[in-house]
Amino acid sequence: MNSDSRITKVQELVYEIRVRDVMKDDVVTVSPQTPMSKLQDILREKRISGAPVVDQDGLAGIISIDDFIRWLAEREEDCPISEKMTSDVQTLYADEPLIHAVNKFEQYGFGRFAVIDRQDKRLRGIITKGDIIEGLLKKLEIDYHKEETQNERIQRFFEDIYADRIALFFQYNVAGQDFKRAGESSSRLKATLGRLGLHPQVIRRVAIATYEAEMNLIIYADGGRIRVRVEPHQILVKVEDSGPGIPDIEKALQPGYSTAPDWVRELGFGAGMGLNNISNCADRMNLRSTVGKGTHLSIYISVENGAKSETN
Amino acid sequence: MKLTELIEKLNLGVRSSKADLEREVTGGYASDLLSDVLANGKEGNIWVTLQVHHNIVAVASMKDLAGIILVNGREPEQETIEKAEAEKIVIMVTELPTFELVGRLYGLGVTGMK
Repeated sequence: MNSDSRITKVQELVYEIRVRDVMKDDVVTVSPQTPMSKLQDILREKRISGAPVVDQDGLAGIISIDDFIRWLAEREEDCPISEKMTSDVQTLYADEPLIHAVNKFEQYGFGRFAVIDRQDKRLRGIITKGDIIEGLLKKLEIDYHKEETQNERIQRFFEDIYADRIALFFQYNVAGQDFKRAGESSSRLKATLGRLGLHPQVIRRVAIATYEAEMNLIIYADGGRIRVRVEPHQILVKVEDSGPGIPDIEKALQPGYSTAPDWVRELGFGAGMGLNNISNCADRMNLRSTVGKGTHLSIYISVENGAKSETN
Repeated sequence: MKLTELIEKLNLGVRSSKADLEREVTGGYASDLLSDVLANGKEGNIWVTLQVHHNIVAVASMKDLAGIILVNGREPEQETIEKAEAEKIVIMVTELPTFELVGRLYGLGVTGMK
C-alpha cells in the first residue's frame, strides 16, 4: 500500500469515526466553587492538564493548567475556579464526526474540548488531540490487520516462482460413513487456503463446495478422495469416488431432491441441496457419473472472481 | 448488537469460546438443515438450531457466523465443544423453543433480512 492511499484512509476515517468513539468518558470534573489553590493538586493527582467545570445545570466552563499558571503569575488572592475559568466554552457533540473536532482544534488552538450530548446538553466526555490520534491509530491498526490477513499473499508467492505453469496440489482422503470426521477435509483445506492468503470470499466458496462434496462422499459413496489444484488464476477441486453412481444426474441437481436415508436427514444432512450449493459456489462445475462405477465431480472456482458471493 | 448483549438479555448459557463474545451480530438464521445454512446463512449471523453434533461448528466456521444458539435445552456434544473451542465458534444454549427464541431475537432487533 502506498502512502497516498493511507492518507485517504485517514481522511475517510475522520468522517467515519464519531467523537464519542475516541473521547475519554471517565472525566475528572471540578466544581465552580473549588478554590484555585486546590486546582494544582487535582491536576497533578489525576495527571491531566485541564478539566471541565460542572455545576448542577451541567457544563459551566473549562479550566486548564494555563489558567492556573496565569493565576499564579499574577499573584492574586485565592478565589473560586469560576472566576478564572473560560465560561464561553466551545463544545463538541458526542455524535459529531471526528473531522469537526479536528477543525475545531485547528480553529481555536485549544488543548481540549468538552463533549456534550446533543439532546440533553449534559457533559459526556472530554477530547484532546491525543485522543484523536490514539483513536485513529487504533482504527488504522484494526483495518490494517484486516487488510493484511486479506491481502492476496499467494499472488506474491506465485510471482516469486519462475515457471511456465505453477500449481499447488493437495489431496484429502475421505472415509465413508465416518460422521465423526465429516467435514474435516474441507476444514483442513480451508485453513490451508487461509494460510496461503487467498481472498476470504474465494476461500469460503471453495470451502463450502468442498464441504458439500465431502458430505456426499460420506453419505452416499462410502468415501473417496478430494484433490485440489491451486493455480494463480483458479482453484480446481476434484472429487472422486467408486460409489454407486448417480442414475439421473439432472434429477440429482434439482434442489431438494435427495435419496438420503432418514438417519442422515435427522442429523441435518441429506436435504438435497448439496450439489445445488456446490454449483452456486462454482464458476464452473462438471459432474460425470456411471452407475456401479462411481462419480467424478470437478469444481472450478476463479481466483480473480473473488467478489462473487457464495449465495447469489 | 453484540453477542454479550444477546446473552445477557436472553439469559443464554455459553458453552464454548467464551473469549469471543464481543462479536457484532448482523442478523439471524434459523434452520436445522446444514446445507440450507451453508446456502443462506450470512456472515455475522446468529444461527438458531437444534442440531448438536460437531458438524454445526464446521458450518458456522465456513460461513463465518457470529455464533450458534441451541434451542429446547439441548446441549452440545463434548466433541462439538472441543471443535468449537478450536475454531473459536461461540455456542450458546437456551431452554426456549425455536419459535419463541427467534421472536425474542427479532424483538431485540436481530432480523433475518437486510
